[in-house]
Amino acid sequence: MSADAETLVIGAVAYDPKVVTIWEGFRVWFRDHGLPSTYLLYANYEQQVEDLLAGHIHVAWNSPLAWVRARRLAAAKGISVQPLVMRDSDCDLTSVIAVRSDSSIQSAADLRGKVIGTGALDSPQATLIPLAHLRGAGLSTRDFEVRRFDIGVGLHGDHIGGEREAARALMSGQTDAASMLDANHLAFSRDGTLPAGSTRIVVQTPRYDHCMMTAGPSAPPALVRRLTDLLLSMSYADPEVRPLLDLEGLKAWLPGRTTGYGQLESATDLLGFYDKVGNVLADDYRP
Amino acid sequence: MQTTIDLEGAGFDRGAHILLQRALRALPAGAPLAVTGSDPALKVHLAAWCRQRGHAFEPSEGPHVAIVRRTDLEGARWAGAERAGGFAATNVVPRPSSTWGLAARGALVEAGGPESGFDLDEKTQVWTDLAPRLYAQAAASQWDPASSVDWQVPVTLPPDVEAAVVQVMTYLVENEQAALAVPARFLGRIHPHFREVVQFLAVQVADEARHAEVFARRGGLHGDELGTSSVAGRASLATLLAEPDFALASFLLSVMGEGTFLNLLTFLEKYAPDPLTREITRLARLDETRHVAFAMGHLEYQLGLQPDLRDRLRSAVERRYETLKTTAGLGEDVFDALVVMAAGSWEPDAIARGFDAVNTLQSEMAEGRERRLARLGFPASEAASLSALHTRNFM
Repeated sequence: MSADAETLVIGAVAYDPKVVTIWEGFRVWFRDHGLPSTYLLYANYEQQVEDLLAGHIHVAWNSPLAWVRARRLAAAKGISVQPLVMRDSDCDLTSVIAVRSDSSIQSAADLRGKVIGTGALDSPQATLIPLAHLRGAGLSTRDFEVRRFDIGVGLHGDHIGGEREAARALMSGQTDAASMLDANHLAFSRDGTLPAGSTRIVVQTPRYDHCMMTAGPSAPPALVRRLTDLLLSMSYADPEVRPLLDLEGLKAWLPGRTTGYGQLESATDLLGFYDKVGNVLADDYRP
Repeated sequence: MQTTIDLEGAGFDRGAHILLQRALRALPAGAPLAVTGSDPALKVHLAAWCRQRGHAFEPSEGPHVAIVRRTDLEGARWAGAERAGGFAATNVVPRPSSTWGLAARGALVEAGGPESGFDLDEKTQVWTDLAPRLYAQAAASQWDPASSVDWQVPVTLPPDVEAAVVQVMTYLVENEQAALAVPARFLGRIHPHFREVVQFLAVQVADEARHAEVFARRGGLHGDELGTSSVAGRASLATLLAEPDFALASFLLSVMGEGTFLNLLTFLEKYAPDPLTREITRLARLDETRHVAFAMGHLEYQLGLQPDLRDRLRSAVERRYETLKTTAGLGEDVFDALVVMAAGSWEPDAIARGFDAVNTLQSEMAEGRERRLARLGFPASEAASLSALHTRNFM
């Protein structure tokens, strides 16, 4: 299909059934505020990014990894993709590596020779960024064993099942450490996946940013401006949009900033996930 | 001056957020709160929690873990909230919002949310100031069918007298089941804001459930087979169930039907040949009196505000009469059983007296209906003619 200029076509990845509720809610709200739009749901981010670059969709709600790939694919073609907006809750995240409280591991260096549980191979927060961070701390991937929990491959870690499995494996003693998003360490500590006081954080990465609403090369500028204005105008005080913001996990949309992707850019290179022009290198990656 | 909170050993995995929220609420938006504590994960968790809540987080290297500044975004959730009336029954509002849904009366209700679909949502449709008192009375008067009645007392009646009792019990069960189904159908349609009305009707349904139980149990005391159920009786009850309007349904059921039943139950209390039957009819009568009082209360309230409701009540009786006029009315089996019970013996004289007693019962029923209709503002002559149109099946 090709996108028609009167209707903004937005791509999103269906990592959970609630995605339909969210985007149908947004679509109706956009329509009522003068922006005709429709949405296409993808089973994985790779197809969404390729379609964005091919002009089949105008805008993509991209994971950080999808942003990195879209940027690289565009640069290779001599075109560009535009950062539009991001969630307030997606700025300044960190990843952590946790061990059991009684573990002898005290620092990154102590992970040498140990088994680290990670999320799915395409999870920025639970695999790519923390593993690259360990490289920066002087450990090569041969210095420890990675036990990957490949749940929701192709969803770029949006499905937190992999992180939860890594946390469970840590508690059951199958692994010595587990990597995850800081907020998921908090969530697992509160929901009992990681019983209170049972783990200790030994590594924390620098801050990075997460998802990015991305405009592709075929996006009609006027519609994109309207979309950006509308998203930035969404108020948490508005009872009509608040349930959608709650579902999507934000209090406010912020203008997109591209300064928070450095760690992920280097991680994809270091770990050989994408090449410089956006081709998928990871040979065991089957979304 | 900077405010400080020491979370001590409480981490976010053990309720730290509650302490923090309390401290932040006490500060104006944007004011700094220095956070300190000894949980090893505090800094990581505090940052993640602030990000999710929209609070600003600045890590700190000094004695504190971080400085947190409260956002007012969380407060924005309650910006358009409204108070759903007041806790007291005197504070019900004329028409509660559909989106208040199941929220407690008096709660602060967040704006938005789904329409609740409670279509009986006007105070005039359902309310009576008697509701809280009648509900309290109803709750206090609940009796246990198992222990309030002595089921062990032997009931030994001549077989044909027992058969008459069984026939009347069969009829009563059928009618009690109708009296259960009618309010049950409206219960889920009444806006929960009118809590005491919903509570009263819920107990009314439970009352009818107990009545059906004790009458069925008495009917089956000596055998598995109960009496007969006539088409006419069921047709009469079907018209009650078919009435979609709450005011009209409760008028037909409680004012006309259950009101008439008060006389019937009094009659059975007097003439039933065994103490068990007399006791269960007495217990049921006490409940039914309350049901009639509630319906009278809310109809009087509604008529005070909408006098033209009286025309609709009149039409409802006339319509029901038209529907039922070609049916036989009270089943002959039931009528004859009442005569036998009132007679107390098979002497022709006694039967004749029993027949007179049932005729007297019917006159008393008609007079009772006329009195209630008069209380609802119908002129005496009209009350009499409407009373006469009531179903011969009593309920």
